[in-house]
Amino acid sequence: MTIKVNGQDFPPPDDARVSLLDLLREQLHLTGTKVGCNQGACGACTVLLDSRRVLSCLTLAVQADGRSVTTIEGLGTAEALHPLQAAFIEHDGFQCGYCTPGQICAATAMLEEVAAGMPSYLTVDLAADRITLSREEVQERMSGNLCRCGAHNGIIDAILDVAGEHRP
Amino acid sequence: MNPISYSRAASVADALHMAGGQGARLLGGGTNLVDLMRKGVDTPSQLVDVTALPDGIDRAEDGGLIIGAAARNSAVAAHPLVRSGYPMLARAILAAASAQVRNMATVGGNVMQRTRCLYFNDVAGARCNKRVPGSGCDAIGGFNRYHAILGGSDACIATHPSDMCVALAALDGQVHIAGPAGERTVPLVAFHRLPGERPDIETVLDPTEIVVAITLPPSPFAARSAYRKVRDRASYAFALVSVAVGLTMREDRVDAISVAFGGIAPKPWRAARIEDALRGASLSPSAIEKAFEAEFADATLLPGNGFKRGLAKRTLSAMLTELGGPAQ
Repeated sequence: MTIKVNGQDFPPPDDARVSLLDLLREQLHLTGTKVGCNQGACGACTVLLDSRRVLSCLTLAVQADGRSVTTIEGLGTAEALHPLQAAFIEHDGFQCGYCTPGQICAATAMLEEVAAGMPSYLTVDLAADRITLSREEVQERMSGNLCRCGAHNGIIDAILDVAGEHRP
Repeated sequence: MNPISYSRAASVADALHMAGGQGARLLGGGTNLVDLMRKGVDTPSQLVDVTALPDGIDRAEDGGLIIGAAARNSAVAAHPLVRSGYPMLARAILAAASAQVRNMATVGGNVMQRTRCLYFNDVAGARCNKRVPGSGCDAIGGFNRYHAILGGSDACIATHPSDMCVALAALDGQVHIAGPAGERTVPLVAFHRLPGERPDIETVLDPTEIVVAITLPPSPFAARSAYRKVRDRASYAFALVSVAVGLTMREDRVDAISVAFGGIAPKPWRAARIEDALRGASLSPSAIEKAFEAEFADATLLPGNGFKRGLAKRTLSAMLTELGGPAQ
């Protein structure tokens, strides 16, 4: 079995204690994914596992065996930015940048969730299959990603921009 | 972290065969267990990954719902049968943790999760009867803002952290358990134990058994139900108080009612005294107040958590008043 990371196959670690986060950073040298709290409270380590956003710090690498992982390195490059990366630059969606890879991975999956009609705690009509992505909905849906610089307003602007919901 | 072995169970029989030994733990999404291992709160030597076990969400024969224990929390909250028939459950799950955690966490793991009591999680710095039986409790005389006012004991006042389980308690959920001797079913409200003298024993599950599914009977509360969570920040925080309410009305009087609380007790707290007091009554402020007092009369209030009594009362009152009005 193998773990597919950004389209490339790698063997799972021999030691079952290795987190997916440590596998990515220490063994595959994909340091775009960041270590924040290492206990599931900050979202800095967010990656996509089979297209769903998860916390790589609380995922054991062996749990990803046979599955597909996408990190920030797999979303865009310096030459060809992902639309969210471009929007984060445009809207000052970061200051120090440490939480940004996690924010962008999370936002990528979040927009897919919205497109699929998945409700949030704030969604008024649970029966509706179309979500109107308000500012408050973005706040709620992105609450798993903390930003200690306080760039949240820029982050939300960037996400709404990409979602096509321009705010005045 | 100690060295651990890891294996994936392909079936319930497989999991029962692999698990049950000293040091073995079942691994779902890992959102709680991996964290506990890293902190040294739990020190298993063997992990049995049970995420490949049944995860379906389907209509049950009685018209209710059956949810495989490996179903992810996010899948349950988004499922059309849950959103239409059990909106309280969808809302409770969506109130919990973050989207990332809900994508990882399984239903079985949610039911089995441990308390987030800061002292339980502080191996180096705190005494905890749940972690080390007989060692003492630093929460009772310490920072107990997040602790229980009902159901605690002199040994432990830790709360059960789940939102989902509060809704399952209100919806008469049943926990389906497989073990070496066969299957059995336990009501969710009887699955978790109160701490008493043994806070380390948290459920009625035997170490050789596993949770395989949750079932819900058909619910009369789809039209009038709510889950409200009060917390220290608007999202991604555990409950100070949470309340699940389901109602049916007949001519301005309560016909059927179900009430459960989270954040105030060591287990999801089904409030049978409130239900008994309000069944057949009109939802006047005085009736609600009297019903609340019946449930919370013997609450144990500490300096850090005494505010929860009033908070629970105001939250319940607001919900009943809103839900008791004209149907949505």
